Amino acid sequence: MAAPTIFRTCPTTGLKVDLAAQSLIKANIVAAVIFLALGGLFGLSVALTRWPDVHLLPLDWFYLALTAHGLDVLLCWIIFFEVAVLYFASAILLNCRLAAPRIAWAAFALMVGGAVLTNITVLQGESSVMFTSYVPMKAAPNFYLGLILFAVGALIACGNFFGTLVVAKDERTYEGSVPLVTFGAITAAIIAVFTLASGAVILIPTWLWSIGYISNIDPLMYKLIWWAMGHSSQQINVAVHVSLWYAVAAILLGAKPLSEKASRLAFFLYILFLQLASAHHLLVDPGISSEWKIFNTSYAMYLAVLGSMIHALTVPGTIEAAQRKRGFNKGMFEWLRKAPWGNPAFSGTFLSLVMFGFLGGISGVVMGTEQINLIMHNTLYVPGHFHATVVAGTTLTFMAVSYLLIPLVLQREVMFPRMAKYQTYVFAIGVSGISLFMMGAGTLGIPRRVWDVTMSDAIFPFQFPPAAFLMLTLNGIFAIMAAVGGVMYVVNVVASTFWGKKTADAPKAQKASPPLAAPVRVAVGTYGSAETLYIPGTIVLVGIFFVSFVLYYYVNWKYLAEVWPLR
Amino acid sequence: MAITSPANRLWWKEPIHRIELTWIIIAFLWGLVMFFTMVYWHAVGDQNLANTTFKTTPQAYTAKTDAMVQQYKVREEFGIPVVRPPPGSDVYLLARIWMWWPILELEKGQSYRMHLSSVDYQHGFSLQPVNINIQVHPGYEHVFTMTPTSSGQFGIICNEFCGVGHHTMASRMYVVDRN
Repeated sequence: MAAPTIFRTCPTTGLKVDLAAQSLIKANIVAAVIFLALGGLFGLSVALTRWPDVHLLPLDWFYLALTAHGLDVLLCWIIFFEVAVLYFASAILLNCRLAAPRIAWAAFALMVGGAVLTNITVLQGESSVMFTSYVPMKAAPNFYLGLILFAVGALIACGNFFGTLVVAKDERTYEGSVPLVTFGAITAAIIAVFTLASGAVILIPTWLWSIGYISNIDPLMYKLIWWAMGHSSQQINVAVHVSLWYAVAAILLGAKPLSEKASRLAFFLYILFLQLASAHHLLVDPGISSEWKIFNTSYAMYLAVLGSMIHALTVPGTIEAAQRKRGFNKGMFEWLRKAPWGNPAFSGTFLSLVMFGFLGGISGVVMGTEQINLIMHNTLYVPGHFHATVVAGTTLTFMAVSYLLIPLVLQREVMFPRMAKYQTYVFAIGVSGISLFMMGAGTLGIPRRVWDVTMSDAIFPFQFPPAAFLMLTLNGIFAIMAAVGGVMYVVNVVASTFWGKKTADAPKAQKASPPLAAPVRVAVGTYGSAETLYIPGTIVLVGIFFVSFVLYYYVNWKYLAEVWPLR
Repeated sequence: MAITSPANRLWWKEPIHRIELTWIIIAFLWGLVMFFTMVYWHAVGDQNLANTTFKTTPQAYTAKTDAMVQQYKVREEFGIPVVRPPPGSDVYLLARIWMWWPILELEKGQSYRMHLSSVDYQHGFSLQPVNINIQVHPGYEHVFTMTPTSSGQFGIICNEFCGVGHHTMASRMYVVDRN
């Protein structure tokens, strides 16, 4: 028999909190933050090496640091945090016990073990193969084994999430449909299962190949399947951080979705189409037809992009509707001016929303256009783009949400609130600089993953234009700023989690009333759940976004039209 | 709220407001425009990478490249042969750690059937400052037609990580005006 589940009642929301789920959320967040600190340090050292006048790391350390950077932040930080979000969106939001806490701890142990194993292997120096580890370049067997263990752990965590949904349904801990945020988390978990399965399909044979049991792994097949994991895992992030945008708006402002139907449709489009797109990485590779590339890279006619564009209206729209309901009705933008900009959870979320859309989203669609990819593939434009999606989008959102999870779930006060207030801005400015200047250097042809772009050791060095070096210098400066923001975050989270003042506990004898506002039956026929759909400010913002998108898209077609004809 | 169950249990029966619906339609149409722009460019655009590819082996590809070098070599630079194949011919470029072999000298305004392959790791063909970037795989011979439209000395650098000498893997391509 399993131990009986112990709940506490949250004083703020009235939700029942399963203490086992709470401990697991805490453990996963702590692990995530440790890997963020480690990976961030590697990232800073990479950026400082790219800064031509500093050129920090020696040759072998640069490639080692670059491999470890991708591993620790893209994989470990993000997925540990996502597991915490999955437990939060299931057990906590559904007022339910976690399905199998012991198995969840086993999953956590597997993930930690795998992450540590791969990290040690990378640090031993024989596995500087980059995060993508393209064959036939071979890493030590434990590099792949660690990744496999980590993926198995993450898969078990997803299983626990689904199990908790079943338990919640079975024990009727909620009425009607799951909340939108949980729906988004389900989207993420479904994509995660596809992603992790793809990872198993390619990493297990590659591990066997590294030991010597398999003689050959086809490099093209490897890339195709590896990116079914690599790209899809970024789609998990998108689904999770968009869910969290809705969650923050709801927790801070009481925001209600403009329309449950439109927002859920957008998530549903992710489930159906988002995990295509491994073609993004194969657009200039041989042996694949243009028909497949076009269909796959566009997520079947941009239907997943459609999902994101729906969120681009509905997320700021819910915020505007909630703010107008609170009385900020003057003019077009009073709702935005008088938003809680001093609250890091809000500022981080809104900055993330803007930067993800304008920098990450637009550049991603442009770069993922079959022909335009010719002038961007493997240049620094690529990391410029994905730092806008994964760092400005996912990481900044996770940081923002941490400032809510620490008091609400971990029951600690944020130890340095003033530092938290500025942290999101410092980090956001740093990251936008990193993204913009890497993209800029990329359009000037600077390759990614190169230790020395002056190529001083080469027999036939190519001289890049001075503007490119200026961009790399600026990239280094903004990387320092982002690192400062990162340190401010890590210090605050670790200090608050372990030594923060405990928040007052709830009166123990609260009756298990329905959480928050109990669902009320409303006549069908009203538009969605927001009280107003008067959102002129959001319409203007979305209009600016759309015009920027269209212009930038066609400007790049023009650049493409100027290069040498190819057929 | 987004963190509670929908207030209206029959949320899927709610109509979608005009503002949202309009945006969904605009976004959907924009997706179609972007999709068909790619298709359209295949019909009328000049920059479409051919997907013609043959399976090959390092030995076979090296032999083909050698044959071309023997036939069209005009000089050497730092021990690397410079070849000047006739316009319209098959031109082989071989990638290996950490060099491009041989150096090509082409004529402006002429078309060449380019062949690209690697004999070891994956490499990245990056022609600068034109900024054409193509992935190079071992075991696959990628064939496409390229027409240089500007003359001068160009750089070919590797932009796929290929080991510790990656940053030295750079070469040249000459494009000369027709005499």
